[in-house]
Amino acid sequence: MSAQSRVEKVLEKYSFATRDKLIPILQDVQGEDGYISKHAALKVAKHLNIPASKVYGVATFYNQFRFKPVGRNHILVCRGTACHVKGSAAVLKMAEEVLGIKAGDTTRDGLFSIEVVACIGACGLAPVISINGEFHAKITPDKLRKLVDDIRKTEKSNGAK
Amino acid sequence: MKLIVNGQTVEAQAGETLLTVLKREGINVPTLCHMEGMLPSGACRICVVEVEGQNNLIPSCSFPAAEGMKIQTNSPRVINARKTVVELLLGSHPDDCLYCAKQPTCDLNRLSRDYGVTSRRFPVAKKKKPLDISSPSISRDPDKCILCGKCVRVCEEVQSVACIDFVKRGSDSFIGCAFDSSLNVSSCVNCGQCINVCPTGALMEKSDIQTVTEAMADKNKYVVVQHAPSISVSLAEEFGLAAGTDVNGVMTAAFRKMGFKAVFDTSFAADLTIMEEASELAHRIKTGGVLPMMTSCSPGWIKFVETFYPELLPNLSTCKSPQQMLGAMIKTYYAKNQGLNPGKLFSVSVMPCTAKKFEVTRPEMGREGNPDIDAVLTTRELAQMLRIHGIDLKTLSPEEPDMPFGDRSTAGKLFGASGGVMEAALRTAHFLLTGKELGALKVEAVRGQAGIKEARLKIGALEVGVAAVSGLGNARKLAEEIKNGRKDLHFIEVMTCPGGCINGGGQPFARNKAAIVERMRALYTIDATEKLRTSHGNKAVQSLYKDFLGKPLGEKSHHLLHTKYTKRKASDVA
Repeated sequence: MSAQSRVEKVLEKYSFATRDKLIPILQDVQGEDGYISKHAALKVAKHLNIPASKVYGVATFYNQFRFKPVGRNHILVCRGTACHVKGSAAVLKMAEEVLGIKAGDTTRDGLFSIEVVACIGACGLAPVISINGEFHAKITPDKLRKLVDDIRKTEKSNGAK
Repeated sequence: MKLIVNGQTVEAQAGETLLTVLKREGINVPTLCHMEGMLPSGACRICVVEVEGQNNLIPSCSFPAAEGMKIQTNSPRVINARKTVVELLLGSHPDDCLYCAKQPTCDLNRLSRDYGVTSRRFPVAKKKKPLDISSPSISRDPDKCILCGKCVRVCEEVQSVACIDFVKRGSDSFIGCAFDSSLNVSSCVNCGQCINVCPTGALMEKSDIQTVTEAMADKNKYVVVQHAPSISVSLAEEFGLAAGTDVNGVMTAAFRKMGFKAVFDTSFAADLTIMEEASELAHRIKTGGVLPMMTSCSPGWIKFVETFYPELLPNLSTCKSPQQMLGAMIKTYYAKNQGLNPGKLFSVSVMPCTAKKFEVTRPEMGREGNPDIDAVLTTRELAQMLRIHGIDLKTLSPEEPDMPFGDRSTAGKLFGASGGVMEAALRTAHFLLTGKELGALKVEAVRGQAGIKEARLKIGALEVGVAAVSGLGNARKLAEEIKNGRKDLHFIEVMTCPGGCINGGGQPFARNKAAIVERMRALYTIDATEKLRTSHGNKAVQSLYKDFLGKPLGEKSHHLLHTKYTKRKASDVA
């Protein structure tokens, strides 16, 4: 299904919605597309008869919304209390450094994206990250760098085939 | 009900906020986010007062008055809290006041001085964000923004454009366009109302003083100037004179003293606009053309229609704005008469308006790649230029403008106020359609500060419905009614800024709404005291038609005085 029709499918569910439905709609759009595209935000604004600046303002207020598609390898870095105590700040810093992007962003080649989450609910494994749903316990900056290197190698050999 | 403020008993009405009561009593309470006539947002906390029995300080802007309240507005606790608010705001504000053009009129600067802030208490905590100088009209410096939200509110609640909003959250938040785009590609209509409400230097007009100064120093350039109808009744405020003081004559003298080769009055072109526009209206009525016809003098309104209501483009009068009509006349008729190469003519206009800076960049506003107007200065920029040149208006003797574009009727002068174009057009349309003058030459119903003014009046056998609206929020209301089939109106005047050009985005920063009322009153006083009160009675306009243009709506007029509009795409409108 094209991006256009995916947004339309979401908006169909909200035929007579008013501005109070903005957040649920954005959540559904992100559920379908994986992010809030400019195209989708404009459609939502028009549907609810509110300015696009308002949609963008609300969407950027919440951490849950992204404005770029996630990378093929989506890294969630837990910044909850337990992970923080165990050094997750350094892990996040390494992730941003090794990938050259900030949290919330996606690398230009579309291979990686980083997202910060408040708590993954696996405090016993702190500091913890998850890559495409797979958890990596007791992570250190060095371990993270190695994980990224491994993924890059795998992606490269897959790409070469 | 009765309140006790600083030991004195004062009267208050139920439903009033404390701030309203205190202001009426002449008790000074500073504000940063408060907007006259709008709901309080309570964002800045500088207006706090002490209320007996309340643990915390109370923001007076959003707290209702109640019987028997005991209020302290200047207790040590209040003063200390306000000072802390200023210090916290300065904690995310650069220290470059010496280099900031807003400095003399900056509210933050004034409060910092008033409350005795003499050093930086908190280290700078703000991330640097780039300047947005993409717009030809408005420059934005997010670093100087204190997030009071007034620009966002005026853009949304008054103008219904809403091209900016708060982006992100907490200490990361800033004011920006949708998708963080720059202003020039957004739906911004360049009206500059955001500049007028900004308490700091975060929003300023894009200055063109340098361009004008360089052109005046260039021996190959012949620099002429025109000034809009509302400039002469607002410029005085920049020099400490009372609002509404008319300085037309001395301003003309000042232009010459600065070195402008000729000084023209845009009000002359307003008369010319009326000849064309009233003829167009009469033509549309007679031939069953698209009605209601809407005025096209206000470039913010034009961009608004092009962006939000492309279906109403056929309703817009095809007349250029007075600025552009005079611009075209200067580079054709005047250049030819004076034996000047139009390429050497440098045409400056002084406007109450930041959107005019955008209008002159429209590709259709010129010929053979040469723009008709080369630079636009706002009233504020003119004042700055006068200061640069060390010109004191008080020491000058009044002078007359230059011909052939110097004589004007008071009808042309009324273009500066909401309802003025309508009244001027009705005076002439009445004459064109019936051959007789319109009664007392006065249309009371379209005068005043109201946002939407409507009237029905008889022109001969014809009953016409007219409306004058100002503020794009009001224009949107009317546009929706027309879209939904309202049919009783023939002619609608729209001015982008509330109250008209006298409250334009390039005007001196007004302390309060009373100043705007005074500017409007000054225009109507001119109309009441002078003899030539109709555009069709302006001999200079008549001879321009005789010598050059032929007749209104004629072929030459069509090429030089009329224009076309296009549906416009904006990055934030689907």
